[in-house]
Amino acid sequence: MIRALKTAMGRAPIGDPLDTVSDKPLAVRGLTVSYGDKPAVFSLDMTVNDGSMTAIIGPNGAGKSTTLKAVLGIVPRLSGVVSVFGQPLAKSRPRIAYVPQRASVDWDFPTRVIDVVLMGLVRELGLLRPVRDRHRKHAFECLDRVGMRDFAERQIGQLSGGQQQRVFLARALAQGADLYLLDEPFAGVDAATERAIIDVLKSLRADGRTVVAVHHDLSTVRDYFDHVMIINVHKVAEGPVAEAFSEENLQRAYGGRLAANLMDQLQLGGH
Amino acid sequence: MGGEFVMLSLVPILIGVLAAIACALPGNFLVLRRQALIGDAISHVVLPGIVVGFLLSGTVSSWAMMAGAAGAAIVAVLLIELVRRLGRIEPGAAMGVAFTALFAFGVLLLEQSDTSSVHLDVQHALYGNLESLIWVEARGWSSLLDPVALAGLPPELTRIAIVSLLMLVFTVVFWRPLKISTFDEGFARVLGMRTNLIGLGLVIMAAIAAVASFDAVGSIIVIAMFICPPAAARLMTNRLEAQVLWSVAFAVFSAVMGYVLAGYGPLWLGADDAVSAAGMIATVSGLVLALAALYGPHRRSTGASAEG
Amino acid sequence: MGTSILLDALTLQLGYNAKLVAIGAALLGIAAGASGTFLFLRKRALVSDAISHATLPGVGLAFLVMAAFGGDGRHLVGLLLGAALTAGAGLLAMHWLTRRTRLAEDAAIGAVLSVFFGFGVVLLTVIQTVSVGRPAGLEDFLLGATAGMLYQDAVLITVAGALAVLVVWLLRRPMTMVAFDAGFAAASGVNVRRVDLAMMGLVLAVTIIGLKMVGLVLIVALLIIPPVTARFWTNRSDRVVIIAGVFGGLSGFIGAAISATAPSLPTGPIIVLTAFVLFVVSMLFAPGRGVLAAWMRHRRQQRRIHLRQGLLAIAQDLPIYERYTLQLLVRAGLARADGVPTELGRRRAEKACRDESRWAVARRMHSHESAVSRYDGLLPIEDVLTRDEIREIDRQIADAGGECA
Repeated sequence: MIRALKTAMGRAPIGDPLDTVSDKPLAVRGLTVSYGDKPAVFSLDMTVNDGSMTAIIGPNGAGKSTTLKAVLGIVPRLSGVVSVFGQPLAKSRPRIAYVPQRASVDWDFPTRVIDVVLMGLVRELGLLRPVRDRHRKHAFECLDRVGMRDFAERQIGQLSGGQQQRVFLARALAQGADLYLLDEPFAGVDAATERAIIDVLKSLRADGRTVVAVHHDLSTVRDYFDHVMIINVHKVAEGPVAEAFSEENLQRAYGGRLAANLMDQLQLGGH
Repeated sequence: MGGEFVMLSLVPILIGVLAAIACALPGNFLVLRRQALIGDAISHVVLPGIVVGFLLSGTVSSWAMMAGAAGAAIVAVLLIELVRRLGRIEPGAAMGVAFTALFAFGVLLLEQSDTSSVHLDVQHALYGNLESLIWVEARGWSSLLDPVALAGLPPELTRIAIVSLLMLVFTVVFWRPLKISTFDEGFARVLGMRTNLIGLGLVIMAAIAAVASFDAVGSIIVIAMFICPPAAARLMTNRLEAQVLWSVAFAVFSAVMGYVLAGYGPLWLGADDAVSAAGMIATVSGLVLALAALYGPHRRSTGASAEG
Repeated sequence: MGTSILLDALTLQLGYNAKLVAIGAALLGIAAGASGTFLFLRKRALVSDAISHATLPGVGLAFLVMAAFGGDGRHLVGLLLGAALTAGAGLLAMHWLTRRTRLAEDAAIGAVLSVFFGFGVVLLTVIQTVSVGRPAGLEDFLLGATAGMLYQDAVLITVAGALAVLVVWLLRRPMTMVAFDAGFAAASGVNVRRVDLAMMGLVLAVTIIGLKMVGLVLIVALLIIPPVTARFWTNRSDRVVIIAGVFGGLSGFIGAAISATAPSLPTGPIIVLTAFVLFVVSMLFAPGRGVLAAWMRHRRQQRRIHLRQGLLAIAQDLPIYERYTLQLLVRAGLARADGVPTELGRRRAEKACRDESRWAVARRMHSHESAVSRYDGLLPIEDVLTRDEIREIDRQIADAGGECA
């Protein structure tokens, strides 16, 4: 609705920055997104460091996925400036790979696993350049990294949820990006897939790439990530896991009532 | 026999086949995007379009009516988007509001300016008139090599041939953006694709196909050409490339069989006159879809869904 | 003169037939608006399009059958029965395609609509060439025609319209429940399948009744436009039904009345255009969900958010990142064009910052959970907490030794 109104009624100069924000892989200033009358994300600032692995956490409806989508321009923002490696989004797209939520696409679409991975190469292929052996080889390597090579010829609808998620990750790997943005990569996947995905993400970090993931399982935050950003419409905390992932911050984000439960969960999963 | 066939049936069959292909190509993506009914909406506004085209130009020339129909299709698409976005109305209902209002407007205009010549063309626009598109100059198969006879080919044939070619080029050139944005719009946007423009381009292509086909098969039967061959094709395969090829094959089959059954079927049954070829083409395409729905190897949705 | 005829028509001063047609149209509009609402709320508005186009082969078949048995092929009841039969078959075919195959409902609707219509056109050409009876007049079912309508036809439409309204009224509760939330309705013991069937039956009945008056292409409009119009005026599904009935009835009555004033104003299109005018007015000007109201709300919220962010930036000595924010600050006299805040701006910034710290403290206090859940970055804290509570919060801030973070 909002975008429609803006296009129809002449747009306000939203997101028109007055100055360079930062050279970091991802920097967000004053991001506000609103569905209807209530902001889903309000005035969010965020800075992601080179070679870090950041979890965006917060309760349901806190605006985690919305933040990611607004950063990528998939949903319109009411205010805010986004810079990726010191440049506006439009110029830095080749350096970004995105793994959407699994439920956001039509898995009945008539296509095979290998075709989905090849979609990650479309920037290189352009409109008409034919797919050559080296492209296919690269796609197979990416499938290898997520343990899905044997499924290359399968129709995507025949995969389990975890396998679908791995195919999405393989497509992101094929893009060869420097910044990986993932929306709930571990939601509803089996344990083997979760391990496979985290191994890939850690190897990306080892290569100096930067990873940001919307995450919902607090018990694994300490094991998987080095930085965390806790939000609940507004930003609650941001920083290295050791500092920001504290009981006090979680209480502020999740509310007092839930805090006790969360603490139990953390005792089980943590340390 | 050959001479009569070339003169009376060759051109209508060719036009039917080309129209079916021109509609089936964009139809594949419309069906996959759950926008099959955009074809419905567009084709209903062809009638008001040709009435306005007639009123503005004052002639019944086909170019004026084509222009009117194309204009109406664009107005319809804009109106649907406006209602959908500004009114926050779901797309089906937005289409329903837009095309019925435009259709009503067309009928009203028609009644206000009632002339027999236009009236004839209303039937024509709704039902199509494939049979009338004969090649008067043809004397036999040899006429295909005779420049004088070729010059007398109905202009509808040239027009639909150009439009089919356009659809083919569009599908091939924009294959990757169409495929990716249909499968995963969010990912397409992150790649920097203008998904809105791709969607709009597809709808405009469908509108061009509908307008170019309406004088052959009629504006309502065009919907069958958009939907039935691609829908049947979807049930035959799990690969988009193969699906598009299947849909073209089904389109060609429906057009040829429909024309033959309409023209010769009644004769075989002992009646004197042919029945509507356009109607028969739609009927055959429906039968093809029914068979695919009964026996197509991929008629069922594949097991695991993401909703889980 | 024109206006006086219209006035006569609107006050039912015209001929007997015109009077009946106007009343019939109003009843039809009410029934269509109300039953269309159930389709619309289930996001299946265009199912009605398939139903209406699928009536054409039925009309043709009924004509052929009646003529073959030596009767008048144009007997209205017979034609309508035929129409109902193939429309029902179309509905079944659609259901079968969506249930038994992977095809989505829109493809099924389009396939049924066009194939049945195409077959109907084949039958019409058969009728034309077989030359039985006097085939002229079947085209009326395409676009509708009330001119030359027989008296008993008008009575039939009026009575059937009244019956349809009655059925809507009797079934309104279960149908509203199913339309609003089928899962919940099933859980509370409503037979969803049966209600769905009743809904479709009603839509089918309305389509058949309207066939002669507005035609098969435009009857769809009466089933779709009034519910969409009503949606702008309320968020409650039970009210949508009533308001859609009112809009449908109004469109039917006014449209039929206007149409009665001149022969060049065909009933169907005038009714539909009347409904469309009501729709446009509602979409633009309805309070709450109307476009104008929504746009004004959106712009206001956008300004408030930017101003707030600007003030917080001033208070914390941070740069202002967006040009639009600066523009608003300058316009409100809170900052100069180079970004330096004015005296007023400084004071307002201090206040904004104090409020933010108050919210931050409130968030940590369990007793304020419900108030905090209403935080949206703009809500003044004074609106949700009492003066005493705020004083307590301020004390805590002072203890912590800081004003602004």
